[in-house]
Amino acid sequence: MSGSHGETINVTLKVWRQTSADAPGGFETHQQAISTDASFLEMLDLLNEELNAAGKEPIAFESDCREGICGTCGVMINGRAHGPQKATATCQLHMREFADGDEIVIEPFRAAGFPVIRDLAVDRSPLDAIIEAGGYISVNTGAASDANLTPVPKVAADQAFDAAACIGCGACVAACPNSAAQLFTSAKIGHLGLLPQGQAERWSRTEAMVETMEEFFGSCTNHGECTEACPKEISLDFIALMNRDYMKAKVKNRALTGQH
Amino acid sequence: MGILESKVPEGTLADKWENHKFSMNLVNPNNKRKFDIIVVGTGLAGASAAATLGELGYRVKAFTFHDSPRRAHSIAAQGGINAAKNYTNDGDSVHRLFYDTVKGGDYRSREANVHRLAEVSVNIIDQATAQGVPFARDYGGLLDNRSFGGAQVSRTFYARGQTGQQLLIGAYSALMRQVAAGTVELHTRAELLDVVKKDGRACGIVVRDLLSGEVTPHSAHAVVLATGGYSNVYFLSTNAMMCNVTAAWRAHKRGAYFANPCYTQIHPTCIPASDDFQSKLTLMSESLRNDGRIWVPSAFDDARPAGDIPEGDRDYYLERKYPAFGNLVPRDVASRNAKTVCDEDHGVGPLKNGVYLDFADAITRNGLDAISEKYGNLFDMYQRITGENPYEQPMRIYPAIHYTMGGLWVDYHLMTTVPGLYSIGEANFSDHGANRLGASALMQGLADGYFVLPYTIGDDLAGQLGNPVVPVDDPVFTTAVAGIEDEAHRWLSINGTRSVDHFHRELGRIVWDHIGMARNGPGLEKGLSEISALRSEFHSDVRVLGSADTLNQSLEKAGRVADFFELAELMARDALERSESCGGHFREEHQTPEGEAQRDDDNFAHVAAWEWNGEDTVQTRHREELTFETVALSQRSYK
Repeated sequence: MSGSHGETINVTLKVWRQTSADAPGGFETHQQAISTDASFLEMLDLLNEELNAAGKEPIAFESDCREGICGTCGVMINGRAHGPQKATATCQLHMREFADGDEIVIEPFRAAGFPVIRDLAVDRSPLDAIIEAGGYISVNTGAASDANLTPVPKVAADQAFDAAACIGCGACVAACPNSAAQLFTSAKIGHLGLLPQGQAERWSRTEAMVETMEEFFGSCTNHGECTEACPKEISLDFIALMNRDYMKAKVKNRALTGQH
Repeated sequence: MGILESKVPEGTLADKWENHKFSMNLVNPNNKRKFDIIVVGTGLAGASAAATLGELGYRVKAFTFHDSPRRAHSIAAQGGINAAKNYTNDGDSVHRLFYDTVKGGDYRSREANVHRLAEVSVNIIDQATAQGVPFARDYGGLLDNRSFGGAQVSRTFYARGQTGQQLLIGAYSALMRQVAAGTVELHTRAELLDVVKKDGRACGIVVRDLLSGEVTPHSAHAVVLATGGYSNVYFLSTNAMMCNVTAAWRAHKRGAYFANPCYTQIHPTCIPASDDFQSKLTLMSESLRNDGRIWVPSAFDDARPAGDIPEGDRDYYLERKYPAFGNLVPRDVASRNAKTVCDEDHGVGPLKNGVYLDFADAITRNGLDAISEKYGNLFDMYQRITGENPYEQPMRIYPAIHYTMGGLWVDYHLMTTVPGLYSIGEANFSDHGANRLGASALMQGLADGYFVLPYTIGDDLAGQLGNPVVPVDDPVFTTAVAGIEDEAHRWLSINGTRSVDHFHRELGRIVWDHIGMARNGPGLEKGLSEISALRSEFHSDVRVLGSADTLNQSLEKAGRVADFFELAELMARDALERSESCGGHFREEHQTPEGEAQRDDDNFAHVAAWEWNGEDTVQTRHREELTFETVALSQRSYK
């Protein structure tokens, strides 16, 4: 941390511009004076205002809640998904993390599974396809019993929550040298697989989600870059749990053990 | 003035919903697949409705303008969700939750709707738990509850500070299960820009693909709008950047009455703005008020750091003025008091625009670990934004606009004044009266989506059996599509000098100054003329660059801001006409000697629902009289 309260710093921005998935892209350089109290995305807002005033099309980038919870934002900042601050989504990053004179390279998330839409915006819909493959507990509305009928050990509930904290931003994929989505997928599998409610479909869910994931994304080779980039610090342990469950799902005689 | 038919069923309050479920028409299971239903918006209300309707066997088309249903702004709700489970054995009941909600809403909501909400609240917790929502639990493995936002019982279920996220992921997963099952067709990055009617009945919508710019019609037997609230009319709010009124407003312009637009809620615990470039405000869950103590320096313009101000020089003004409720007074009361102390130059922080929320006593009493377990993620978020550590120095907070109680008028079936067009969740006006209680937004969104609309929609659809949907090449659709395509080209051709955001920010300033936390007659008149003048400039001087056939975020925003301008005028008119104070609508001319909201039940115990009469024509104000059979109207007192 370098900037103090309300200080103005000057930074050089190298921003990726690309008009569509098929068009070639390239960097555009801008000088920006900015208060250290501004958020990173507010700096891009300001830059866009200046571009618009100069008759140049604003930079397309995505964000929504700007509270680090919706998972809409996310760019590569100096080669790191969501930038330099640990456990922080792009929208929660503030300019006090930068120093006067810094050069900041801003790129879209880079992964074959996330084609560029325009400038810094990418298509992350394959993550929804993984959820669609089995990221749910099959319970129709109205079919639930009283919520306190099944006690859930606090430790299981807490662990499940640690996984459920995933915001689906895709930084794990962007940070991975293989563009693998193991951390995202294992977070959902871990969330549901640790709860008593999730047991009935545990093996079929794991199998379906892992195999859908592999249609879109690369393979995990245990670099651990994903968890470093994760704004919610989802643990690599969930990948281990997913791998064990996938193996079990494949070798079990599920029908004979009364499991799905 | 016309009279709005609320269609509240006969019978005693506690029996209305049960009896009505029996008396409504049903659609036979084999016939449900013959009906197409469009659901717009995939937040808590929309996702839960689309999933449930799909499970029932209807053919559902769900639309979201996000890239994924999981991004909807419901996700940002932190604190919790109320339910009358009485797991804590502290005297809660359906009736008490009903009563608290009607009273908290300052007696401006419909009793029957609120009672139904309280009844189904318990089912929501069961449903969410079965979906795997990881609510907080105690060491015995059972669900934990806390007291929240002024309630005197502990009825709030929570999932750390991320309750909205977890409930939305539950509803989203239920929705994706139906997408996989083929009962729901999901359209992402598709923004509703028009509602289409034929022979007076809603028959479909027109959407614009935000990536290709393609404008397409979609037809159905019924259309459900679950498109959220309009807080972003203020520009600075706690809502997400993309939240907007466009779907509701365009439905309004097609005949759906807009109710109580002046009922807006200011949330008392947000991080104060730090500069002109501020793009939005961040809410700190009001659960923080359970343990934090709110104070300001007693002296004017006291510039000492908080830690250097001794107890004797601090004014814990809520504890002083409201000994019974203290820091847990309802949101509107907490907010107005913060404004008062800041207006009187007791504000803290670099811009003197905040009050302290201090955890020093709670940390001493319960230990750092206990406070961190409860609020850790909120404290971390605060530190990231402000660069200050709330474990060591008090947080600075200030009120910000957060939720809008007003919205599309709906009857007991959640149908708008346009037959076949429904509105659920924050987009409708129904259950919160003039002020929403904490942890009740998630409850209402999910109640509407899981347990109310799926029942009531059948009553109307049953009468439509055998009617085909209106084909999308019908002139009602082709005309609407052409209109939306023209609109895009109009924005691109103005080629003025100022950006969409510039106008939005200026509009927000006017709305905050004149239709904000406190309103008065002359201010509202002034606001009206300022809004109108700025709106003319917007339509002649806005600059939208680029083209309509690609992702163009300025173009998207132009249409939304245009709708905000029209809404802002209606808010001012509604606030002017409602010559009383109630809940979040505080008219300075109408206050008790203690400075509290002074209602006028003789003249204003009604819903105001506005009818669109065309561009640049004053809208017609209709009334739905509110009758209270169960709750006695009284002056709210939190002393």
